[in-house]
Amino acid sequence: MNITLKEGIDWVGYIDWTVRDFHGYKTESGSTYNSYLIRDEKNAVIDAVKAPYVHKLVEHIEALTPLESIDYVVCNHAEPDHSGGLPGLMKACPNATLVCNEKCKVALEKHYDTSAWKWQVVEDGDTLSLGKRTLQFINTPMVHWPESMFSYVPEEKLLFSMDAFGQHYASAFRFDDEEPLDVILHEAKAYYANIVMLYGRPISQTMERAAELEIEMIAPSHGVIWRSHLKEVFAAYQKYVVCKPRPKVIVLYASMWKATEKMAEAILEGAQECGVEAQFFNVDSTHATRIVTEVLDCAAIAIGSPTLNNSLMPAMAGVLCYMSGLRPTNKAGFAFGSYGWSKRGGAAAVEEAMKEMKIDILRESIRSQYVPTEEILEECREAGRMLGKYAEQFAKD
Amino acid sequence: MKKYICDVCGWIYDPETGDPDSGIAPGTAFEDIPDDWECPECGVGKDDFSVIED
Ligand SMILES: [Fe+2]
Ligand SMILES: [Fe+2]
Ligand SMILES: [Fe+2]
Repeated sequence: MNITLKEGIDWVGYIDWTVRDFHGYKTESGSTYNSYLIRDEKNAVIDAVKAPYVHKLVEHIEALTPLESIDYVVCNHAEPDHSGGLPGLMKACPNATLVCNEKCKVALEKHYDTSAWKWQVVEDGDTLSLGKRTLQFINTPMVHWPESMFSYVPEEKLLFSMDAFGQHYASAFRFDDEEPLDVILHEAKAYYANIVMLYGRPISQTMERAAELEIEMIAPSHGVIWRSHLKEVFAAYQKYVVCKPRPKVIVLYASMWKATEKMAEAILEGAQECGVEAQFFNVDSTHATRIVTEVLDCAAIAIGSPTLNNSLMPAMAGVLCYMSGLRPTNKAGFAFGSYGWSKRGGAAAVEEAMKEMKIDILRESIRSQYVPTEEILEECREAGRMLGKYAEQFAKD
Repeated sequence: MKKYICDVCGWIYDPETGDPDSGIAPGTAFEDIPDDWECPECGVGKDDFSVIED
């Protein structure tokens, strides 16, 4: 495996092939926790790995340089997938000083026993000379946490971008040109949608700052390193930060006895008649991770739930809670669902949640008492056609 | 009327635009925003904002 980014700069992280649950994100392809070693007159490690794998990080460093020779450990982000290994790493490297910003220091002190650590607190724009190379620090609040920062090496045109541009993608290769581009771009999209979709505004600000730097290589803290397809991932992010819609419709539903499912199928048929891309997800068979990944770039969405205990289905409530926290923008749609006797439940609760998410409501919700009649199914088809036409038009504007 | 910045996420409250999504009308001074208002970006309260001196 090629681990060398630039002469004297190597990947020393951990490939997590088996992780399938990353605080609720279903990581079907595993992940990596990327740490990097810069060997210069001074030696620096950029970020750590998850706590259980710190021995591998230490092993990888030791294969390249004695642990006593590590002068700095830079922490770009205090979240435990990158900071969990810091206590072990700081113990293993007796001469290392922990370099981070003030917010990060406060966060690390609230996570770990840091009483034995030496610190160097840096501010936005500060530089740290390693000899031939310099580390320049750029605060990037909310990309992904308030303390997040980038580390930039101007001499190498290399940006350590932490969670930004990352992918939960375990692979035998470390670079973007060693993997199929559509696969890693899809993983980057899933990562964006599930981790940082709500921070589109700060991310676009961060991208503007990054555009001022000369960058040849982006080394994120998850997944492959971008050295051949920076243009493509930048262009993708430019769309993500505004949830730029494609002409795509999503029908998302839960069902008990297949009444709401029949409505969902009719809406799908209507949308398909328009020739627009239409996707169909049952919350019981499709994980929320996939659903919000697809929601990111849809133009229109119909969401349905039957009525259970005068409310909506708990599985749908869970998906809507997750989705609303991630704050998708630029979406429109409507609610639907069946009921037995209480009109308060299902569709009404879904519509409420959609309004809360600021999804434009295009029509009144479609409700069916028990099994939908042919009349109601035709109403669903018609609503599906309307959704398809809307998606086509809206994505054009 | 002064602008305020969120110490946590960097979001800026501009009294000229207010925060209409949370029911804060344009022209509302930061001091007049109800105490239960939250930063629309990151969710912290008014206590975590600092005045921007010009
Ligand atoms: Fe993170
Ligand atoms: Fe991370
Ligand atoms: Fe904030």
